[in-house]
Amino acid sequence: MAELGVPVELTAAVWKIEATPGQQVAEGDVLMILESMKMEIPVESPRAGTVKSILVAEGDQVQEGQVVLLLDA
Amino acid sequence: MLGPVLIANRGEIACRIAATCRRLGLRSIAVFSDADAGAMHVAAADAAERIGPAPPRESYLSIPAIVDAARRSGARMVHPGYGFLSENADFAHACAEAGLVFIGPPEAAIRAMGGKAAAKAVAREAGVPAIPGYDGDNQAPERLAAEAARIGFPIMIKAVAGGGGRGMRRADSVEAFPAALAAARREAAAFGDERVLVEKFVTRARHIEVQVFADAHGTVLHLGERDCSLQRRNQKLVEESPAPGIGPALRAELGRRATALARAVGYVGAGTVEFVADAEGPPAAERIWFIEMNTRLQVEHPVTEMVTGLDLVEWQLRVAAGERLPFTDIPLRGHAVEARLCAEDPARNFLPSPGTITRLDLPEPGAGLRIDAGFRGGDVLTPFYDPLIAKLIAHAPSRAEALERLASALDAVVAEGIRTNAAFLAQVLRTEAMQAGAVDTQFLADFRTRGATA
Repeated sequence: MAELGVPVELTAAVWKIEATPGQQVAEGDVLMILESMKMEIPVESPRAGTVKSILVAEGDQVQEGQVVLLLDA
Repeated sequence: MLGPVLIANRGEIACRIAATCRRLGLRSIAVFSDADAGAMHVAAADAAERIGPAPPRESYLSIPAIVDAARRSGARMVHPGYGFLSENADFAHACAEAGLVFIGPPEAAIRAMGGKAAAKAVAREAGVPAIPGYDGDNQAPERLAAEAARIGFPIMIKAVAGGGGRGMRRADSVEAFPAALAAARREAAAFGDERVLVEKFVTRARHIEVQVFADAHGTVLHLGERDCSLQRRNQKLVEESPAPGIGPALRAELGRRATALARAVGYVGAGTVEFVADAEGPPAAERIWFIEMNTRLQVEHPVTEMVTGLDLVEWQLRVAAGERLPFTDIPLRGHAVEARLCAEDPARNFLPSPGTITRLDLPEPGAGLRIDAGFRGGDVLTPFYDPLIAKLIAHAPSRAEALERLASALDAVVAEGIRTNAAFLAQVLRTEAMQAGAVDTQFLADFRTRGATA
């Protein structure tokens, strides 16, 4: 098991966090939904694993490349 | 005419409204959030008022902030543009309470057409065929699923208060219905109203809309139709007028339906009646259904302006000031096509591309080419607002010439610092399907799938 940081693809606001710490996720599961320029952009899990911690809160602004979630994978 | 005019919007539409105010000798006042203090629309107006922090809810969507700005600035009229508060009846009411003339229809007309379900009830009463569906008060998931089965799959679930493609989910089977309903509900909650309606989904559809205009003295007329079938994720990207395959008889019938609806709600000003047309076969009156009315100026209004020679913002201002519309039957000349230049990356599923526009070269406007821009080189596109940078509109005697003129204009766009859809749009305009006028609302999705596998 290695710790894996999940980055976001673009500058956005965190609209809705779907994942919870401790949750088992499969590759492609939606971890959170970002909002940028009036569009919703899902952040998907890059691989199967367990959500270790969530580093942002709903409403936060995030920058392109920022790690928003740690996964044990 | 009355003035000054407070423009309760931003970006290209705020710039465009300010230009007409200037031509008419009316003083204009821009509003801006903290993210927009140095924006192009602020420079385009004669004065500007700060309305709050960057998030739209605290600035461009804040009724008290905007009414206060109007009071401070000495404005007598308020133009809401499109989006933001443009279809908000409470905003129209607040303007009236503050002694401001809201440039738009009466509050009651906004309310009557504001919800999709209410609008369909108006259509039923006015004898205008609407898309088959369920828009009742019983919102229990079991009842909605039963209604979906009655209508027949595929169906579309839509937020009653939704718009701009949000709060819409398609379901192709009874099994897929619950997940689609949950997703639509979640997006609907963002509009502050969880209610949804269920509609027949036309598998191959064209989006046809009719521009209506009414004054406060009983004149209601239509200015022809627009075809806005080229869409991605239910958002329009290219619009044109006239619509391919719509002849004078069908235009007159759609115009009759649109003006009947406008009359039914006591409409005043500019509005758009949207229809869905079954694209299996040529357009036919019995396979075109009313979906909703937008009680405001549309993003794509310039194509109508190009073929009619009218300035719709000028007539909005004149009608709001109590003038009569002096015309009845407007001849349509030539063909106009608009493309929306957006900060998004077609190669990455149209992912938004906020950032600083380090360089922006747009083609020079001229005969048969209009550019409505909201940003310049050096401006910042923030994630708070929509990705529209500019609209390019071409006008020519024939459709083929207009399409090529627009494609050439898109070829000339240079944007650095952000990604844009300029090259993608030019490519789409040159496809055989587009040239043949045979595009439906699924075209872009299919085109991208083909492109990816080619």
